[in-house]
Amino acid sequence: MEKKSEYDILTDKVAIPYEIAAGPTWTRFFEGFRQEKIYGTRCRKCKRVLVPARSFCPRCFVDTDEWIEISQEGSIVSWALTEYEYYGMPTKPPFIGALIRLDGTDSNFLHLIGGFDLSDPEFVRKTVKNGMKVRAVWNKEKKGHIMDIKYFEPVK
Amino acid sequence: MGRPVAIIGSGQTKHGRRFDVTYPELVKEAVDRVFDSTGISPEDIDGVVSGTMPSMMEGVALTHFYFADVLRSVGKPILKTETCGSTGVSLAITGYYWIASGMADLVLVVGSEKMNEGDSQATMTTVVEPFYQRYFISGAPGIFSMQSQQWSVHYGIPEERVRAAATKLSIDHHNDAFDNPYAHIKKKLTEEEVNNARIITYPVRLWDVCPNSDGACAVIFASEKMAKKISKNPAWVKGVGYSGEEYWFGDSDKVVWQCAIDAAKQAYDMAGIKDPRKELDVAEVYNPFTFQELLYYECFGFCDFGKACDETLKGTFAKGGELPCDPSGGTLCTNPIGATGLNRVAEAALQVTNQAGDHQIPGAKLALAHAMGGVDQYNGIMILGSKL
Repeated sequence: MEKKSEYDILTDKVAIPYEIAAGPTWTRFFEGFRQEKIYGTRCRKCKRVLVPARSFCPRCFVDTDEWIEISQEGSIVSWALTEYEYYGMPTKPPFIGALIRLDGTDSNFLHLIGGFDLSDPEFVRKTVKNGMKVRAVWNKEKKGHIMDIKYFEPVK
Repeated sequence: MGRPVAIIGSGQTKHGRRFDVTYPELVKEAVDRVFDSTGISPEDIDGVVSGTMPSMMEGVALTHFYFADVLRSVGKPILKTETCGSTGVSLAITGYYWIASGMADLVLVVGSEKMNEGDSQATMTTVVEPFYQRYFISGAPGIFSMQSQQWSVHYGIPEERVRAAATKLSIDHHNDAFDNPYAHIKKKLTEEEVNNARIITYPVRLWDVCPNSDGACAVIFASEKMAKKISKNPAWVKGVGYSGEEYWFGDSDKVVWQCAIDAAKQAYDMAGIKDPRKELDVAEVYNPFTFQELLYYECFGFCDFGKACDETLKGTFAKGGELPCDPSGGTLCTNPIGATGLNRVAEAALQVTNQAGDHQIPGAKLALAHAMGGVDQYNGIMILGSKL
């Protein structure tokens, strides 16, 4: 291996466990995941349906207490095929991250596109198109976690 | 409006893989250079502004404390500014505010990063929302690939055309970097090499992406009184702009990039710029990805929406073109993130004071410096001119 410097290098690792409070809105949203439901909230002022559910509308700054079950189908707004890996990456490449506009909503939902072979970028490029219809595919075992949805697959 | 503010000098380090020095020693290199170039003494400085991209990039938090001695900040007020990729421009704007407010006459502003000591994308991903979004955003390349992909489809630009424009930017900037003594990656590239390079996040390939750089940049901002006393050739701040969007990555439009459009408008209004393409002589546009630079040309009014590829391929934004962009090689060739935006400001100041050496745009009098931060929700701009 190429020597980085004529001087010494100290090796260190910062690993700190976290407990991140989910609060009432996230807790309710992920409770829905356990039942294979996706929830959003509607802003009473601007009428936008935001998904995932929010406790307030970031534009109108009013509380959003109207919960709505959201369609599990939507269309692709944009996507990127990832072919590289960084330390501790939670999802292993290759994978497609995508912004998905779930039917009847007014914001883009970020998740994975999958259900087909991702090993050939040329094949992926020809297969995945903006505007393409996709549908949520759930994992059998639910953890009340964003990865309870395995990915969104193209609707045949 | 506050008091007039000028930049009276800058110091950039040699950028690259800097395992030859500690992180504070790297910062010292930039600070020493700015004091050497201006001839003023650290005692004359009223306050210090310091910033990095997320502090844990190098495994040490509270970096302005880590740098207390090398910043020569002992006994002085010190401010930390951190806005991710736009940190450097935010630092410059912080220094500007401090002097424009009348609370200081000389402020030392320093940005730095030592990206090779950690894992840059792993660090950056900790910026992303933890419950839901972190799993799908593959660091900076994933975000900007999505954005450019959506942009090209929205305007119906054929993929080959976007690729050709991005390839031209990659070849030009990596070649321009040879003229910049501080640039990290300098390389003669062919179209074939760029087009066939390894995919990082499709459509972004290796030569579309900036490197991990270690480096620091120091700039001294001065009030009108001090600038006229100390410097024969100051660069005057003509306009500043900074704008942010909602936190949620999926809430804002990635194609009509409002915070980029608004930041430019704020800065143009303040500088009295009506037609940026005609009035600006040079722009240091933040371009960590070739594809992203194309979007900025449109958001900043350098060309119409959907036309950046055509104008790029015509050479409008190349050296010798109507509005040369990133003659330094830009962020694409050198990206020590916390310093990067300040490098853009320092480069713009060098241009309008005719001190940019081999990459000087002849006769440049008005220059734009820019950087982007957040996940992609922040944009900041500073416009510098040769006249008060």
